[in-house]
Amino acid sequence: MTEVLSAPHRLEYPYRRSVGPVLGHFLGGLREGRIEGIRAIDGRVLVPPQEYDPVTAGALEEWVPVGPGGVVVSWAWIAEPLPKQPLQRPFAWALIRLDGADTAMLHAVDAADSSAMRTGMRVTVRWRPERVGDVRDIESFVPE
Amino acid sequence: MSSEPVKSIQTPIALEYSYTPGLASSRFLRGVATGKLVGQRCPVCRKVYIPPRGSCPTDGVPTEDEVELPDRGVVTTFCIVNVPFAGHAIEMPYVAASILLDGADIAFQHLVQEIPAAEVRIGMRVEAVWKAREQWGPSLENIRHFRPYEGAV
Repeated sequence: MTEVLSAPHRLEYPYRRSVGPVLGHFLGGLREGRIEGIRAIDGRVLVPPQEYDPVTAGALEEWVPVGPGGVVVSWAWIAEPLPKQPLQRPFAWALIRLDGADTAMLHAVDAADSSAMRTGMRVTVRWRPERVGDVRDIESFVPE
Repeated sequence: MSSEPVKSIQTPIALEYSYTPGLASSRFLRGVATGKLVGQRCPVCRKVYIPPRGSCPTDGVPTEDEVELPDRGVVTTFCIVNVPFAGHAIEMPYVAASILLDGADIAFQHLVQEIPAAEVRIGMRVEAVWKAREQWGPSLENIRHFRPYEGAV
């Protein structure tokens, strides 16, 4: 009887995508340790920024510094992180409304365990020491 | 408050499989690991399949009768590849061909080299060029490529 063979097989698509002028500005700011939102026509500050106003579809161009602290609006605990997730130890995915922003952005919160997480808690950004202009330039958020 | 905007980001995506070829292909690959090309014959239609899949797609019966085939055959069709893609190290252009081994009833794909791509023809006789024996494993990559072969069938 032949023993059945088995081998790892990895199928990878090495995509590179252009980000456009608005996300390009946002990511360029991250590279320099700065988070910026964009002001919508009705005055709200959108983070992450959008290219066009969500209500009138008009072009947006006024940048507003936000953060580095913020409030957790919602979260989910990840007990067993997958490869390539931002942290390789248990962490929370959270929607974070940065100070000065009116919308929340998704990122990781590096909390000791799920009992340290609650909606409404304050967190602040932890930058990656070497930044390249990518959302991962924010290593994670941490409880303030 | 202005900095050089980012133009593009890398967003690779990967799928990680554990590939299990099954009983018939495992037997075939273990044969390849010793330099043998072993197909299977259908007990009903007598066709010889290589690489074998363990059953005959026409008759729906197991193919248990093993047949060792020579490492030479004929090009039944081919494609000249001029477009490189990530992860491929072969020099352009190269020829991917369907090769019908002598005694087989189904062709399999492999490279045809040691001949200019423009001179490859359907019906051309070819033989396998194996890697050095110490590099063999349970893989058709043991055969580096096929090349033109002038000998008789």
